Amino acid sequence: MSSVEIPALARPNDRLRRRRLVSRGMELLAWLAAVIGVGILVVVVYSVARRGASALNLDLLTKTPVQFALPGVKQGLANAFVGSLVIVALATAMALPFGILVAIYVNEFAARRVKNAVTLVLDVLNGIPAIVIGIFVYGLLVLGRGPSGFAGSFALAILMLPLVARSTIEVLALVPNSLREAALGLGAPRWRTTLGVVLPQSVGGVLTGATLAVARVSGETAPLLLCSSIVGNQIGWNPSHALFSVPLAIYEYSDSPDPADHARAWAAALVLLLFILFASLGARWLATRSRRKLGRAR
Amino acid sequence: MSTLDPTTDPTRRPFSGRRVRLGDLILQAVAGAAAVGAIVLLGLIGYKVVQGAKLSLSTFGLGFISHVGWDPVHLRYAAGSLLFGTAVTSLGALVLATPLALAIALFLSELAPAGIRGPATALIETLAAIPSVVIGLWGIFVLGPLLQGHVDPALHSVLGFIPLFGPAQYASNIFTAIVVLTIMILPIIASISRELFLGVPAELKEAALGLGATRWEMVRGVILPYTRSGVAAAMILGLGRALGEAIAVAQVIGAFDNGFGWNIFNTGDTIAAKIAVQFLNVGSPSELSALFYLALILLVFSLVVNFAAQLIVRRLAHRQGLAT
Repeated sequence: MSSVEIPALARPNDRLRRRRLVSRGMELLAWLAAVIGVGILVVVVYSVARRGASALNLDLLTKTPVQFALPGVKQGLANAFVGSLVIVALATAMALPFGILVAIYVNEFAARRVKNAVTLVLDVLNGIPAIVIGIFVYGLLVLGRGPSGFAGSFALAILMLPLVARSTIEVLALVPNSLREAALGLGAPRWRTTLGVVLPQSVGGVLTGATLAVARVSGETAPLLLCSSIVGNQIGWNPSHALFSVPLAIYEYSDSPDPADHARAWAAALVLLLFILFASLGARWLATRSRRKLGRAR
Repeated sequence: MSTLDPTTDPTRRPFSGRRVRLGDLILQAVAGAAAVGAIVLLGLIGYKVVQGAKLSLSTFGLGFISHVGWDPVHLRYAAGSLLFGTAVTSLGALVLATPLALAIALFLSELAPAGIRGPATALIETLAAIPSVVIGLWGIFVLGPLLQGHVDPALHSVLGFIPLFGPAQYASNIFTAIVVLTIMILPIIASISRELFLGVPAELKEAALGLGATRWEMVRGVILPYTRSGVAAAMILGLGRALGEAIAVAQVIGAFDNGFGWNIFNTGDTIAAKIAVQFLNVGSPSELSALFYLALILLVFSLVVNFAAQLIVRRLAHRQGLAT
């Protein structure tokens, strides 16, 4: 187009300078956006750390809440930490084998069409809001029976299932076919090839997915609000009763008129956040390690 | 291991690939049952939510969606204004998050120096790992007061002629919820887009640069058109996440329904937040059923949104599969 205007010798240079300037400006904006994104993370983590650290002490982990406490009475959230531990452990125990089996079927046995259908279902499950899962489990397990830690675990397990299954499918697909062929060629049956050769090769990746799923659901509030919200303040280990949990404590205390409750909410948030950050970092480390191992095998 | 030895195993027929082993059958059956279980689970979720909503489905019908008001005393419930609140907050979040997320994704995939790229990507992904209840807590005590003190009045004084930016009143308001949702969907859209941008063939980018395009012209002329439908899918997934977020929104939006009020500095309510707030105060079976109806609406939204996004993604994967 510009060939018509070429006689004016100075012009292309002007235009080039402007185009470069626009490009530079856009680069600057992209840098700015990245700074904003990272800045949000820093600000959130800093706020939680600053406000949570002042209320963070051993009492938080060892004492239980006291109703209508007089000033000076030591309280904590031991029941919430125990409850979260039980609920998340139980959810992992349900979701992990289920998810791995689904992944094995999809990757080792299913025809292409079936594979597509199952992964689509997993993706759709993954997109269902946690509160809808909570209401489903309420209708399934809580209505007529009363809230329970188990119902909460079941809801969290549904949230974990697509995460565990998706990540396992991805690592199983990374296992080189030559390994399967070698095992089958040595005469091993398919099930031994799968459980004894393929799965051990991908154990790092499976653990990565499981850790990320645990990190994700340990902060999940909505299903627990519906399925396992609590009245008492005792420490409970029995999942057939309603159990308190850390995210629920944060949610309820954030709405409280008492500033001491706010402080405990921040402290609980700090503990939760630290757990999730370490779990994510651990998962990242596991992922790079197992990928390197798989890379060598290939 | 002895069964593997053709000389000692009398049942073995050499060179027959059709022999079915019991162990194979069991593993396939168990794993297949798990896969079927996942599909059944999805169906069961739909069935249970519809069943719970039956009472209000038959009482209110589709009028539930268009009417307004939540009146436990007269047992009259409707979702109209909640739908409006859900639409305003999630679309608002999408409008704020998309340009920011795309810019971040471009930075991470094209611009960032090698030493920064890895850590910056990890940090943006870490943002997605922060639980909604913690972001909500931060929204109540840090973000809300900050916006109320500085941003809300400024926006009102500059853009006050638009009814959206009315007089600022409360720290808990629709705008705070929009910002909180923006923070939550930002890393989702950014990380999907980053992967899309990285998938653009280097030949195309180099061709554009070789023809004399500046970096920005290469982004606008090659990367964005090439990844357009994938970015749309990422936006849809972000929208789906924003539609269904209950806890963080319930914490910061004020949970007081102002009908179809256009002022985003007023309190509001959304479908998901309504369920979270109202659930423990349910006074009657009809109210419980109405909450199930709300969950059913959310379920339908999330199904539509996710099927749409997956359809786009799968078609894209198919196209790229053909291209290579």
